[in-house]
Amino acid sequence: MGGILTAIAIMTGLGVFFGVALAVANRYLKVQEDPRLDILEGMLPGSNCGACGQAGCRAFAEALLGGVTKPSKCTVSSPDGVASVAAFLGVDAGREEKRVARLHCAGGLGQARQIAEYEGHGSCAAAHLVGGGGKGCSWGCLGLADCAIACDFDAIHMNDQSLPVVDVDKCTACGDCVEACPRDLFDILPLSQKLIVQCKAPLEGEAARAVCQVACDACGRCAQDAAPGLIRMVNNLPVVDYSAGGPARPEATFRCPTGAIRWVEGGQFQTAQLVHLTIGEHGE
Amino acid sequence: MTSLPIYKSFRHGVHPHEHKEATEHLPLQRMPFVERYVLPLGQQLGAPGKAMVRVGQDVTRGQMIAEPGGYVSVALHSPVAGRVVFIGQRRHPNGQLVAAIEIEADPYSSQQFVASPPPPVDAMDVSTFIQHVQRAGMVGLGGAAFPSHVKYKLPEGKRCEKLAINGCECEPYLTCDHRVMVERPAEVIRGVEILAAKLAAGGSWIGVEMNKPDGVESLRAHVRDGSRINVMPLAVKYPQGAEKMLIKAMFGQEVPAGKLPLDIGIVVNNVATMAALADYFDRGQPLIERAVTVAGPGVDRPANLIVPIGTPIREVLRFCGINRDTRQVIMGGPMMGMPLATLDAPVLKGTSGLLAFTEGAVNHPTEYECIRCGQCLEACGNFLNPSRLARLARAGRLDDLEANYVMDCMECGACTYTCPSGVPIVHLIRAGKLAIRHRKATKG
Repeated sequence: MGGILTAIAIMTGLGVFFGVALAVANRYLKVQEDPRLDILEGMLPGSNCGACGQAGCRAFAEALLGGVTKPSKCTVSSPDGVASVAAFLGVDAGREEKRVARLHCAGGLGQARQIAEYEGHGSCAAAHLVGGGGKGCSWGCLGLADCAIACDFDAIHMNDQSLPVVDVDKCTACGDCVEACPRDLFDILPLSQKLIVQCKAPLEGEAARAVCQVACDACGRCAQDAAPGLIRMVNNLPVVDYSAGGPARPEATFRCPTGAIRWVEGGQFQTAQLVHLTIGEHGE
Repeated sequence: MTSLPIYKSFRHGVHPHEHKEATEHLPLQRMPFVERYVLPLGQQLGAPGKAMVRVGQDVTRGQMIAEPGGYVSVALHSPVAGRVVFIGQRRHPNGQLVAAIEIEADPYSSQQFVASPPPPVDAMDVSTFIQHVQRAGMVGLGGAAFPSHVKYKLPEGKRCEKLAINGCECEPYLTCDHRVMVERPAEVIRGVEILAAKLAAGGSWIGVEMNKPDGVESLRAHVRDGSRINVMPLAVKYPQGAEKMLIKAMFGQEVPAGKLPLDIGIVVNNVATMAALADYFDRGQPLIERAVTVAGPGVDRPANLIVPIGTPIREVLRFCGINRDTRQVIMGGPMMGMPLATLDAPVLKGTSGLLAFTEGAVNHPTEYECIRCGQCLEACGNFLNPSRLARLARAGRLDDLEANYVMDCMECGACTYTCPSGVPIVHLIRAGKLAIRHRKATKG
């Protein structure tokens, strides 16, 4: 009997002690938080995608209150949403250039040479380990939709050539697809950059055309035809640098023998058919 | 009545059907020279070599054609006398295009290896020895092709207490190490003696699974009295040839997670690597050829061949005769080997076998849900939870994967072999490991 009473007494004593300690801490150690933070976070999309460069929406809200960033950095919010955040804070919304994910490969099923059949687990990461999924090109898109699965905004769909097509309206430039692709084929580029190299194979001439109809064969004509400095040939591939030179014009792509460099208005691969993608069961 | 001997082994593991009967009694046979040889610069783990020949240059058999491209890298030598005809992208057995040197064999050459005077191994110190091993192009011939000299470089303050020589050959079908032990025991023992002397090893043990009793006998017959080399018979189990499993089986010691055998004072090497070491230090012949088992239901005349490195796989299969119904060719063993995307790829330093399978023998498992039977846990020699790792990998939960020690998985495939639901466990785990490495590389 004495034992249980002691136990009750100790538990009660501990409860009272910690209760008092917490009350005191709440009174004297309270951290003052800007009341606007919660409201602001409620106005943001809450997708925590990281496209703004902050570690999630709350961190972005804190950065906004600190004046470190501009409301327009949030690429997920609609223009109205951005405007209302700017109005709420009484700051300039800022102008952010629309950026989207671009694929540096156009070698779909009908273009790239197949050398083997891949029968293993259907993900790009898995196929990349086993002979590269049967496609003859060691650098091209594996076509097993790891990027489409990684995309939180339903902005990537596979077309009938098994290439991912980015919906430029839905793309928020969060960079999840860049991370998901085992072959590093995605790049986040400004939508205004229309010269896009749709190949990543560092091959030359016949060797390049042997693996894919639309491979860059490093002829260098685009670099000659573009404004000086705009396109450089690096490692048998053209590198477009908008900051380096004069105006970019579609003429640079006209003499490309394979169509590896394209002038893209809007989304890539607009002529191909989209197919419905069924995503397998995920999670434990 | 005598009791059956009980051989040492490790806990867990599987017993796949051995299928070694077709080739285990066939003597090693030399593959005839062919017209062209393709030598990828990156045949070993680590950095690829740097080509030191140019197109049009004549080379002799055994001449160095690429120098090591870094510390974890080895030299590459011409397997034939001939002429360099191409330097550029060629197919690696994994299907990728990689930098390679192509050599056309001189049809009028006798292809006799002109023995240069062997380096004076007894007189040299350890660091010179290690340089020699690197320049001889030595890699582990068991399959992983890890540069040998890296293993011999003992860190400061570490001693090589035990030298473990791996003669398990636990993969089904493969018998090339078996034949090396039976036919070249003197070279194997000589290699062990050289290495044990250079590393000042406390003792050497050669572990051989007891499905190769003739191998054990021939090695024992060549061990000199008082040489502190022991031939240790082991029970037959997969994956006993994995170095951490071998250490558990032979010495009952465990290599801590994320550590190397060297951390507990053990160096592990393959028997064929030992014979290659002896070839270099006794005859001056660098690593230009290796024993390869060609077998499987798709092969007409199975064989254990000594193949010059760089021989196109198509030529090897043509020599042994390949069945028209062959549907898949695997390089290495059936458990850990890699299905080939193209037969134009060459035999590499790490190629232990070429196995051709016909349609009936290729497994296309239908995948069902995991039934939580736990057989994969019973199979895993590293005591991981493969089923959980596979599910985490499928869901892309990389942090959880790392917390569950995915990086300690040796990818032996025992879990996939034992899974009654046909879940491609090891493939998922490998994809997960790749994703973790990819994330580390991109996020710095």
